[in-house]
Amino acid sequence: MNKGTSEEVPVIQEAREEDLELLPELVTHLRDRRTELREQWANRITNAHLLSAMTDEEIFSMATSVYDSYVEVLETGSVEALQAYARDLSERIIPRGVETYEVVGIVLLLRDVLARSLFEKYQKDFELLNRVLDAYEPAANRIANTVAVSFVQERERIIRQQQDAIRELSTPVLQVRERILILPIIGILDEQRANQFTEQLLAGIRSHRAKVVVIDITGVPDVDSEVANHLVQAVDASRLMGASVILTGLSPEIAQTLVTIGVDLDKMNTVGDLQGGVEEAEHLLGFHVTRSDPVDNHQP
Amino acid sequence: MLVSILRQGSYLIASIHEALNDREIVQFQQDLVEQIGTHRARGVIIDVAALDVMDSFGSRTLLNLAHAARLRGAETVIVGIQPTVAFAMVRLGMNLDNVHTALDLEEGLEHLQRLLQQGPERQIQR
Repeated sequence: MNKGTSEEVPVIQEAREEDLELLPELVTHLRDRRTELREQWANRITNAHLLSAMTDEEIFSMATSVYDSYVEVLETGSVEALQAYARDLSERIIPRGVETYEVVGIVLLLRDVLARSLFEKYQKDFELLNRVLDAYEPAANRIANTVAVSFVQERERIIRQQQDAIRELSTPVLQVRERILILPIIGILDEQRANQFTEQLLAGIRSHRAKVVVIDITGVPDVDSEVANHLVQAVDASRLMGASVILTGLSPEIAQTLVTIGVDLDKMNTVGDLQGGVEEAEHLLGFHVTRSDPVDNHQP
Repeated sequence: MLVSILRQGSYLIASIHEALNDREIVQFQQDLVEQIGTHRARGVIIDVAALDVMDSFGSRTLLNLAHAARLRGAETVIVGIQPTVAFAMVRLGMNLDNVHTALDLEEGLEHLQRLLQQGPERQIQR
C-alpha cells in the first residue's frame, strides 16, 4: 500500500568520524543487553502510564520491534526501515486512540534507558564516555525525530482520508426509480461543497439519464444568499441537461429567507417534504402507485 | 466536417462535431434556418454533445436560432449539453431560459414529439 512520499527528516547533528568508529561497539553492547534493556524500557512505559490503550503483550511486541529498529539505525545509519515501521505502527495504533505525546514519550524513554546503560558501561573512562555519547546522541535524536514525524504524518493522512470520506458521503446521488434521482444535502453548504454537489448532480443526470431530480435540503440548517445562489445555479444547470428539479425539505425559516433574498421562486418547483417530492417526481413521469394486499413475510 | 444537418421526416437533426469559431457559428445558423424553410421542418434538434466549451456568443446564437426557427414554424430542442458546459454556462450567467433542452438525441426526439402534439402555443418548459 502506498503511503505517499514521506518528509525527509533533516540531520540536525553530525558526529565526528572518529566517534562514529565507536558505533559498532555500541551496537554490540546494545544487542547483548537486549533482553534486560527492553524490559527496563517496558517498565518505564508502564510506570509513566503510557500506551494504556495497548495490552501488555502488544507493548512487549512493539518494544521488541522498536528496540531492534533503533539498534539497526545505529548500525546502518539509515532511517528508512525505521520510517516504514513507524508509519506501519502508527497506522495500527492511531485508531486505538494512542496520542502523539505517548509515541514521543516512549521513544524518549528508550533513548534514556539506552543512554543510562552507556553511562554504566563507560563510567570509568570519562573521555571515552563523552566520545561514545557524541556518537550516540545525534543518532538517538534523529530516531526520536523520525518516529515522531512519521506518527504525525500518518495522523494527517488519516484525517485527510476521513475528510474525503465525509465529503463523499455527504452528497450521495441516489436513484430511487428509473429516471428519478434523489440528492439529499446534509450539513452546511459552503462554496466548495456546493460546487462539488453540482458537479455530482450533473454527472449523475448524465449517467442515470435522469429526467427529474429531487434535491432535499432537510439536512441543511441555514441558507444565505450565497447558498441560495448555488441552488439556483444547480437547478438551471440541470435544466440545461434536460432534467427538472424538485426542491424539498425547506424549513419555514429557509422558505422565508428565500423569499427575502428574492430568489425567483417561479423557477423553483418546491414540495414540502421528500415523500411529497418523490410522489411529484413519479407523477411527472407518469408512474402510478397502486396498493394491493401486502405480501405476508411471516408464513412459514 | 464541422457540422452535419440530417433530415428525419419533418425533423432536422443538426450535430455540431467540433468547436466553431464565430464566423462558423453564424454560417451554421444561416444554413439551418434556410433548411428549415426548404424542408418545411416542424422540429429541429441541435446536438452539442461534442462541445466541451460554450461561450456567450455561441449560446446567444443558439437562442437566436431557436427564435428564428419558431418564426419559421419549427420548435427547437438543444440536446447534449455536457455537465461541465452546463455548469460553466450557469456560473457565467448564460441562460437558455426560453429554449427547450433535453439530455440527448433520444430524449430530444421524444420531447419534440410531445411538443408538436400539444400544438405550437405550448408554453416553454418550467
